[in-house]
Amino acid sequence: MSGKGILVYAETRESEIHPISFELLGKAREIAEKLGLEVWSVILGSGISDKASQLIHYGADRVYAYDDERLRDLNVVAYKSVLVDFVKETKPEIFLIGATPWGRSLAPRIAAALDTGLTADCIDLQVSEDGKLIQIRPAFTGNILAHIETTSKPIMTTIRYRVMKMPEPDPSRRGEVIVRRPERVEADGVKFLGKVSERGVNLADAEIIVAGGKGLKKKEDLRILEELAGLLGGVVGVSRPLVEEGWISKDHQVGFSGNTVKPRIYIACGISGSPQHLAGMRDSGIIIAVNTDPSAPIFRHADYGVVADLYEFIPRLISFLKEVKGHGKGVVKGA
Amino acid sequence: MEGFRIVVLIKQVPDIEKVRFDVETGRVDRSSAPAETNPFDLNALEAALQIKERCGGTVTVISMGPRQAESSLKDAIARGADRAILLTDPRLAGADTIATARALAAAIKKLGGFDLILCGEKTVDGDTGQVGPEVAELLGIPHAAYVCELREISRDRVVVVSDMGDKYLYELELPALLTVTRELNTPRLPTLKDLLRAKRAGIEVWTADDLSEHVPANMLGYQGSRTRVVKVVIPSAEHRKGIIYRGEDAVEKIAEILLSEVAAI
Ligand SMILES: Cc1cc2nc3c(=O)[nH]c(=O)nc-3n(C[C@H](O)[C@H](O)[C@H](O)COP(=O)(O)OP(=O)(O)OC[C@H]3O[C@@H](n4cnc5c(N)ncnc54)[C@H](O)[C@@H]3O)c2cc1C
Ligand SMILES: Nc1ncnc2c1ncn2[C@@H]1O[C@H](COP(=O)(O)O)[C@@H](O)[C@H]1O
Repeated sequence: MSGKGILVYAETRESEIHPISFELLGKAREIAEKLGLEVWSVILGSGISDKASQLIHYGADRVYAYDDERLRDLNVVAYKSVLVDFVKETKPEIFLIGATPWGRSLAPRIAAALDTGLTADCIDLQVSEDGKLIQIRPAFTGNILAHIETTSKPIMTTIRYRVMKMPEPDPSRRGEVIVRRPERVEADGVKFLGKVSERGVNLADAEIIVAGGKGLKKKEDLRILEELAGLLGGVVGVSRPLVEEGWISKDHQVGFSGNTVKPRIYIACGISGSPQHLAGMRDSGIIIAVNTDPSAPIFRHADYGVVADLYEFIPRLISFLKEVKGHGKGVVKGA
Repeated sequence: MEGFRIVVLIKQVPDIEKVRFDVETGRVDRSSAPAETNPFDLNALEAALQIKERCGGTVTVISMGPRQAESSLKDAIARGADRAILLTDPRLAGADTIATARALAAAIKKLGGFDLILCGEKTVDGDTGQVGPEVAELLGIPHAAYVCELREISRDRVVVVSDMGDKYLYELELPALLTVTRELNTPRLPTLKDLLRAKRAGIEVWTADDLSEHVPANMLGYQGSRTRVVKVVIPSAEHRKGIIYRGEDAVEKIAEILLSEVAAI
């Protein structure tokens, strides 16, 4: 091993690299410049070696690809054993993992095996004047932001999806790809039996979310929001009670026990703005809230608030948008 | 068949709707809110009680925290847990997730044999979801995170659905650890009678000395932590524009914003 490095775990799903990996590489480059480190990436899976060059284009100086049939499925014990051996060998200073459900299941096992600190679900990383890595993360259901330092090596952190800037890939970037077969794959006690169901909607990637809460009176009324979402090329999100009622599947839920989202536009209709709901959407680009109650907490977190009955306001908004579209003024995508 | 020996890890947390934060100092005023059991841990406890009812066995709850956390353990007994252990000691205070996991793993080792350990998906205060998988690693057993469905359990294995966005089916050999989501079940409420009975129930209290056979005290609490909180800030909502529309022109105004933004995408 030549210099010192910052390591990025490249997450794969069915042989595709999760975009969080590229975001982490972008951030890793920035920190690497400040601390004089190289950027390394490690990718695990079966038939993934040819993907490694993408990681170079996004900023890695060196990529280690563990390509092995035994790593085809997401097996937390198998992945852990390979990554622990790898970190012990290469001794990175910093190790970044995406705070996806998979990353948040895998990272703590690795940290415990290496006896090192792990900071969960960070939304920013900074380098202090004295060259320390400061990890910033929400805690107390998003009510506070804690600045955390790690006193052991490697400094491990999981980072939330879509908070770091996606870098521009540079296909001319050069780097080294090292394809390896793991010496040891300890997969004791875990058997992957297959995928039960696909996620129906991908809120994490959505640019526009039209969300409904208990201000809706019945399941059928979700159609009003679906129509607006369709008109804007967005998707429907909901607060937790609607999932509990069985009106819609859990993948539509925004909040502390659901999805964390960061669309360009979030339209909250009939949602009060509980801390648990805010925890999932407070970092959205533009927040628009529609609520009959002028004192609803959501208005304190909104750029534009409309004090109105959603049953009157949303249909009127829909007709207005349709009319504009009909006259060819402006562009409304996805209708 | 001998029943399952189930351990549930529960944490007492402040009621997050009521707790106050000092914007100036960034301090969390825990005394400003009543304490309750971490909501996710009640789903873990419910899962344990259902397995016990179906297949027989015992449910032991363990919590690390201040003396007041006894009330959460008593509540667990009222709901049907058989045994409750509180890890409390000034030397355990200020623990990060790894130091917490070490104490809990040591306590589980001290208990002797176990088949299944259940945790919540995360806590509403620490909010990391790390303690469960860390405990599994320290015990050298498999785990599944974000478990939203328990399909099968037998003497030596369990089949679960893990919600990773897409849902995956896993089979784990026992002993194993599961961290569970709120979808898994609806926690039962204790009856008044059970609450009264639990009031008198004995809670075993263990200190760092009781764990010393399995973990040295300098690996616990603040001293054993590998991370430090250097600062806490309260994010303000002030960076939002906060423009409020009430009247007729609201439709046009919002449409204008949407049209200019959507066109840009
Ligand atoms: C551990 C835990 C985790 C949780 N996780 C989540 C989570 O992930 N996501 C989540 O959302 N919640 C979560 N919750 C629940 C959360 O505490 C709130 O109960 C929930 O967010 C409230 O949803 P709501 O805003 O839709 O409903 P309410 O709080 O009942 O608000 C409904 C709003 O609609 C308005 N309204 C009524 N009629 C109309 C109308 N005709 N037009 C316009 N406005 C109208 C009302 O003024 C009110 O403000 C969690 C709770 C716990 C304890
Ligand atoms: N102090 C504690 N005592 C007992 N169990 C805990 C403690 N802290 C965390 N846990 C368990 O670990 C889970 C995840 O917690 P956390 O990593 O803090 O989000 C919780 O839902 C509990 O089941």
